[in-house]
Amino acid sequence: MTMGSDMTETIGAGFLVRWLAAVAEDVDREADRLTELDSAIGDADHGANLRRGFAAVTETLAKEPPASPGAVLTAAGRQLISTVGGASGPLYGTLLRRAGKALGEDGEVTRERLAEALGAGVAAVAQLGGAQVGDKTMLDALVPAVEGLRSSYGAARAAAEEGALATVPLQARKGRASYLGERSIGHQDPGATSSALLFAALADTAVAEGAA
Amino acid sequence: MSRPPVGIVLVSHSAALATAAADLARGLACGGGDLAPVLPAGGTPDGGLGTSSELICEAAKAVDRGAGVALLVDLGSAVLTVKALLAEGDELPEGSRLVDAPFVEGAVAALVTASAGGDLDAVAAAASEAYAYRKE
Repeated sequence: MTMGSDMTETIGAGFLVRWLAAVAEDVDREADRLTELDSAIGDADHGANLRRGFAAVTETLAKEPPASPGAVLTAAGRQLISTVGGASGPLYGTLLRRAGKALGEDGEVTRERLAEALGAGVAAVAQLGGAQVGDKTMLDALVPAVEGLRSSYGAARAAAEEGALATVPLQARKGRASYLGERSIGHQDPGATSSALLFAALADTAVAEGAA
Repeated sequence: MSRPPVGIVLVSHSAALATAAADLARGLACGGGDLAPVLPAGGTPDGGLGTSSELICEAAKAVDRGAGVALLVDLGSAVLTVKALLAEGDELPEGSRLVDAPFVEGAVAALVTASAGGDLDAVAAAASEAYAYRKE
């Protein structure tokens, strides 16, 4: 990693591997809370599904560490699609896979590049699920998080957290929770909550590695 | 059949539901001739409820005869998993297509059409048309 101002700081494949390992740890620690949120308005499998998915991601990346940041995200996305078993698998898988594709083969990327690539991933998620901000989905955390990432890792984390909390008063318009209609109001969306975990882990990794 | 048939994959959250839908379609579609290949891809590999991209890809490869594969899905992660595989990956055989159709009625219509020698467009159209059969 090059040292210097945040503007010129670049990250490599190792950074993203350590980020995803941190996500796996956070998801493991928070799995019960995610499942509890999901039992209120979903089918009570979000914590277990993501725990299985990110554990598989960590294992795959440790076994065969990809050479470029783009390859890390592509491999992780592929693994999520194949191991999660619920809707969060193809959604998070598409997020990372499309972001990985957007990064291409470059060995080092800037935070701005990463924000741009994750933005492409978020757009693909929106298209896949047919959802938009305000539908009480993971997009309510992902969209502001990617916007925040253009400024800093800390801003991304704060925006994701805020976005997840802001799903509480919303009525779900996508996914299983939408069958509940008004009864989905008053509960925090599990997908937005796990999305906030992703960006919290990203900010933690950046601090730990001196990139923030 | 003069040309290779379209393959059909039935993707459900439940292995039992996918298997039964495939059995039902075979039972209703058989008109004396050869049936087009149809396989279920239901549940997770450990037998739970959910969607498995591995089971979907395995089934799609197994029914692929080179004329395309029609994938019919039930809901939620079944829809999203097939869409994600089609959009991002190379795991599904070439000519694989997600068919917008009611699961059971669409499965029967798709298998009848594929077994009669219909191409992928015809199979997809027949399955989608099943939405129009009102029940009251």
